[in-house]
Formats: sequence, C-alpha cells, structure tokens
Amino acid sequence: MPAVRMSAVTAAGIAVAVTAVTGCAEKADADATGSNAVTVISTDSKCEVSKTTFAAGKITISAQNKGSKVTEVYVYTPSDKIVTERENIGPGTKATITAEIKAGSYEIACKPGMKGDGIRQKITVTGKGAVKTDPRLDAAVAAYRKWVQAEADATIPLVKKFAASIEAGDIEAAKAEFAPSRVGWERTEPVAESFGDIDPLTDTRADGLDPGQKWTGWHRLEKSLWQDKKITATDKTLAAQLVTDLEDWQKRVGKAEITATSMANGAKELLDEVATGKVTGEEDRYSHTDLSDFYANVEGAEKAYELLKTVAAENDPALVTELDKQFASIKKLLDTYRKGDGWVSYDTVDKTQQKKLSDAVNSLAEPLSKLAAAVAK
Amino acid sequence: MSEATSRRAVLGWTGAGVVLGAAAAGGAVTVLKGDTGSDTQNAASAGAAVEFHGTHQAGIVTPVQDRLHFASFDITTDDRDELVQLLKDWTAAAERMSKGQAVGEGAVGGLAEAPPDDTGEALGLQPSRLTLTVGFGPGLFDKDGKDRFGLKKYRPEALVDLPKFAGDALDTRRSGGDLCVQACADDPQVAVHAIRNLARIGFGKVAIRWSQLGFGKTSSTTPEAQTPRNLMGFKDGTHNVAGSDKSAQTKHVWVSDSDGPDWLAGGSYLVARRIRMHIETWDRTSLGEQEQIFGRTKGEGAPLGKKHERDTPNFKAMKEDAHVRLAHPDNSGVTILRRGYSFTDGTDGLGRLEAGLFFLAYMRDVRSGFIPLQKRLSATDALNEYIQHVGSAVYAVPPGVVKSGDWWGRALFEAAAAAAAAEGK
Repeated sequence: MPAVRMSAVTAAGIAVAVTAVTGCAEKADADATGSNAVTVISTDSKCEVSKTTFAAGKITISAQNKGSKVTEVYVYTPSDKIVTERENIGPGTKATITAEIKAGSYEIACKPGMKGDGIRQKITVTGKGAVKTDPRLDAAVAAYRKWVQAEADATIPLVKKFAASIEAGDIEAAKAEFAPSRVGWERTEPVAESFGDIDPLTDTRADGLDPGQKWTGWHRLEKSLWQDKKITATDKTLAAQLVTDLEDWQKRVGKAEITATSMANGAKELLDEVATGKVTGEEDRYSHTDLSDFYANVEGAEKAYELLKTVAAENDPALVTELDKQFASIKKLLDTYRKGDGWVSYDTVDKTQQKKLSDAVNSLAEPLSKLAAAVAK
Repeated sequence: MSEATSRRAVLGWTGAGVVLGAAAAGGAVTVLKGDTGSDTQNAASAGAAVEFHGTHQAGIVTPVQDRLHFASFDITTDDRDELVQLLKDWTAAAERMSKGQAVGEGAVGGLAEAPPDDTGEALGLQPSRLTLTVGFGPGLFDKDGKDRFGLKKYRPEALVDLPKFAGDALDTRRSGGDLCVQACADDPQVAVHAIRNLARIGFGKVAIRWSQLGFGKTSSTTPEAQTPRNLMGFKDGTHNVAGSDKSAQTKHVWVSDSDGPDWLAGGSYLVARRIRMHIETWDRTSLGEQEQIFGRTKGEGAPLGKKHERDTPNFKAMKEDAHVRLAHPDNSGVTILRRGYSFTDGTDGLGRLEAGLFFLAYMRDVRSGFIPLQKRLSATDALNEYIQHVGSAVYAVPPGVVKSGDWWGRALFEAAAAAAAAEGK
C-alpha cells in the first residue's frame, strides 16, 4: 500500500557513502588507461583485478570475460549494496563500467554463470569524506540485503503460479495462491516500497488510487477473485503485468539504500503497516487473508531485529529483553489463529480479538521504535 | 536536556517554581514566578502548576479544572515487577508533566533517527493546573476469581462491584478497567498530552480499555464560585464538598486509618459513570416541567420555592421524584465529592447529539456513598426519562505520592511483598 513509506530509504542515512552511476558504458574510455582505471579479467574460476587502491571519484572498470560462461561484474559496498554492475558479458567479450565512488572499502565481484555471491576482491578508495562505520552493522545490512534478495527470488515462482492459475481461469487455485504469493513482499515491504514506482503498481488498494491511476496489482485481482467471482481477459493481462513488475523489483532489490537505522525503522514500519491496515481488515478486504500478511510483516521485522540485535544488546540491553519478549508474545497470539497451512479468515476475528491483536502490535511497535536509537548510539 | 525542553523553559520562564502557601494536601496550587520578577500571577489564569506531591493525590479536592481526559486501562502483563516499574515510570512522568515539563528526554533535541520520548504537543503550553490521579480497579486484585499479583487479599472490602441499577444500559467496552488515570487541566491539549504519553509508556504492560474526554466541569469544589451548568442547562450538584472544607473531606472523602486496608489510608474511592442524555427530547420539554424534574429554577438555580442557588431547599415544595429532592445530602444522607464533566462525542449514527455527563465522584466508602444514592435515583428519579447510564467503573484511589522517589501504589505493593517474604514465598 503506497502510504508514505519512503523513510526506509530517506531516513537520515548515516552510512550513505556511495553515489553510483550505474551500468552503461557509453562515455567511458574503452582503453581504460586513466589513473582511476582498472582492468578486471573474469574467467570461470577467477576474478583478476589490476589494482586495488583508488582515489575517490570516478573510476572506470574495463571488464573482460576470458571464461566460457556468461559473466557479470559488480562493485559492492561493505553492506553489499550494488554500487555498479554489468550483466550479460558473454565469453570473449568486453564491457566498460563507470562509477562515482566515495572513500571507503568495496568489493569487486565477477559472477561466472551469473549466479551466487561471485568471486570477490577487496578494493580501497581513499580521499576526502571517509566514513567510519561499524563493521558489525555493515555485516548486518549485508545479511539483510541478501535475505531481502532471497525473499524476492522466492516470491517470483509463487507469483508466476498465481498468474498461471488466473491465465487458466482457475478461480479456486488462484484464491489459494493469492496469500502465499504476497508473503515475500510483505516480509520485505519497507525495501520493496523504497522503489517508489513498484509499490503503486503491485500493492495499491482501491482507496489508494490517485485520480487517473489505473488499478493494477494484487488487490485488483483479489477483487476479481473474491468479489466479482470471475476472471476476465483484463485480469489475465494484469496477472502477467504483476509478474513483470515483481521481476523488476527482484532485479532492483540489491540497489536499495539500506542502513542499519533504516533497517531498524523499516522493522517498525512493518508493524505500522499492521497497525493501520491489517488489524482493521482493510488490507485484504475481499479475501480476508490479512493474517497471512500480518504474520509476514512480523517475520520481516523480526529478521531485521535479529540482525541488529548484537549491537542493540550492547547499547540497550533492556530494550533487547523487551523486544525478545514482545516478538515471542505476538507470535504466540498469532499462532492461535492458524488454520491448516494458513490462517483463519479475518472476517471471523471479532472486535474483542482485534483489540487484543492491536494491543499486541502496540506492545511490540513501541519498543521497536527505539531500535534505531539503540543501533545509532 | 530535561530542563532545556521543559515547557516553562520554552516560555522563557525561570524554571524555578515558587511555592506559595501551604503545600499540604494534594491540590495546593503553586504559582510560578515570571522572569520579569514582577508579581505572581493568578493561579488559574496563569495556567500554574498544581503541587503533585501530598498526602492525598491531587485532582480530587483540587479546584476543578476546565477539561478532562479520563482513561481506563487493562493490565496486560502478568509480571508483578513490570507492573511496579510501570507505576514508577508513570509517577515520574506525571510529576514532570504536572510541572509543565516534557517526559523523559523531551520532544526535541534527541537522535534524528529515533522517535522522541515526549510527543511534543504540549511544548510551549503552561502547566495549566494539570493533575493526574490514578485509581486501582477490582481487576488489579483479582480477575475471574483468581489472585492477581498476590494482591487478592489486599482488595479493599469497600471496592465492591457495583450492583445493576434499574435502567442501566452498560456497554462493557466503556466500563470497568484495572487501572485508571484522571487527567484534569485548564487546557484540553495538556490533558490529552498527559494521557497519550502515559499510554505510550504503558504499551506492553497496560492497554487503554476506554477513555473519555470532558469539556465543561459540571460541579465545583469552590463554593464561592457559581455552580457550572450541565448540558441540560441546569446547575446540579450545588451542595458539593468544598476543597477548603477539611472536616467534610475527612468525613466523606478520605479513607481513614481505621477504615482499612492500611495501604489505602489517605486514599479514596472513585465511581465513574458515563451518563448519556437524550438531549433532543429534553429540549422539547417545557420549562416548567424541566424545573419540576430538577426541583430547581433554570435561571438562578434556586431550589423550587426559594430565591437563591444556595438557599436551603424545601423538599416539600418539590415533586416526590424531583432530582434534587432525591439526591440532596440533606434528604438522602449521602455526601460524595463530585467533579464530573460534560461530554460530547459528536453525534451518533442517527444524528442525535452523543452527549451527556461523565459523572466522577470520590467518596470514603462506595457502599454507603454512591450505591444507596444511585439505588434511590435509578428507581424513582424523574430525570431518568432523559438520561441513561451507559458506562460504569469503580476504583480504589491510593493515597498521594509524598515526595520524589515515592510512587503510586507503593504502600500496597510493599505490603504485599513483605507479606510474601514473611511467608517464605
């Protein structure tokens, strides 16, 4: 839902060390002979980097694929954010990549076969504006980014399955596949929403539409399946579009601006999502599958918290004790609403039960709002 | 930082409150001296601070402020230590807010990435005679028949569950509660700020069950002032316990050492009732009938057959079922201290004014106070045609917080802890 959720990105990034000029090679010198030029030779088993120290500013990478597989070349920050990348470098071909890099530590990676973490080499960029960061927080951000990517990767097949059922006109199958197709997205929502253009396409509710905006995405299909009870030709187009839009998200997740504090605030924002949309049953108003989204939001918040816990425990041990307790308590409460592999329909959850869920969300979200301070101390 | 973000500091005041007069029983008004060094300001108009500490809690005999935010909480934790810590945190926050200071580290100046301790909407506002008064509902002591926090045997005998009165249409979602906080202030924003911040501190330990905003005081504890009118346009509760009348308070309001239990000495009992008024039908009632129903004139507020508001009523001049005739202490023998407020929560779904009286009364014993009085009223009061009791709660109100470091409910929890230790638990 496109509430104002940009704060995961814009929230006073304390570790924003990088501005990137990604991809294209159009203006770069093909020979890459400047002082800030580096040659990267990718083979099937190696990633040879001609130099590892640079002055801050523009760098030019001349990549050569001397292996037998298609490769990719990436530059990563310590938190595993993609600074720049070039995909699809065929065997025997060359590509030039440029980037504007601030002082700090980075890694250059080659990915023969375009899979996995790649073969990595550390490089150092020196000069003005060196940013001191806590390596434990860098590691936490890197691990979180990796997890977010894995969630996005895992979502695609589920969404494809959902879309295929719609294409086949199978209402019952599509209904069953609706909630599971959203779990990865709901777990990582603050990051997903940080790309302002994807969320309005995929996760807008009827009341969230801007004037003139075409309604697309999950909730439009939800209405067709549960309220209109039919699948039209338009729905089939929309289902295919949903897959395309989410594949776009999957590709861009690695470039999201994530810091330790934005992770912490993102965790709180996941609970905000629950507090405003799910606890009232507004989010999935046709399917009443709100509890699936609710649980996924809690899991996403917990993931971010678990990764930041070591540092938070040092700065604010009482907060960590409280958060452990509240996460356990809300999950225990949610467990009482499980039904088979899924959840009870939210229209069977009465006002008194909703109040209890709302109280549990407040009990967790209030201390969770203090997590950013505990990692930024 | 605390001083830097105090509301007084924002105002450019000195921050050094000057206490005038005796700061004895909670409710003494302190007046803050302006930094011009000139004269002291009128307590009410200056939005001064009410002394938080005292043998009784402030907000009971304190001259009634203009605005109310009353909140009733359910206790959600089972951990006694957590509850005690909450009461300590609440007391500390209440003490600060009563002085016009921000909660914790304040609303501004902290980390940009984290939400501030104080929500900030009272920045720049004066203390506005804010009082915060806490009460303990039956659910603190035992819930569903089970002992709670080891406090069951400390439940006061007089903290009874109210009987069902004729005509009651109680909404469970506007009734009861394990704890309550009454916030009274001359500025509604100050009262709302106080409840909001206490609720926030309480998340995870307590949850708001219901709350009520009130805007026009309907009774006065200052007899020299005119009795305010309720939403029916009448003065009601003229004969109230005066804030200055120590002997009446001792007799009717404060739990004495001999009343028991020990931990409640210096405390009181609070009955809260949300009384909906059928405004539209009332407004279509003739003036003569309205006056007959109340037993008072509408203009002056004089008892029927008399001239002035405070004239001694002649009950025989009133109809048998006139409100004053049934409720007046001289006739019913019941004296309670009322400090209720009018409320309006907009309109209901039918376009009727959702309004009435939020009745708040303090007394030494509910069994000899509110219960017999309400029995009498609910059975025969002519007013019943125009009102309906829709919410109800009762609380034991612990004694005051004597000094810094003391906290709401200390005597109760320490007594229980000592008894548990003695039993070797």
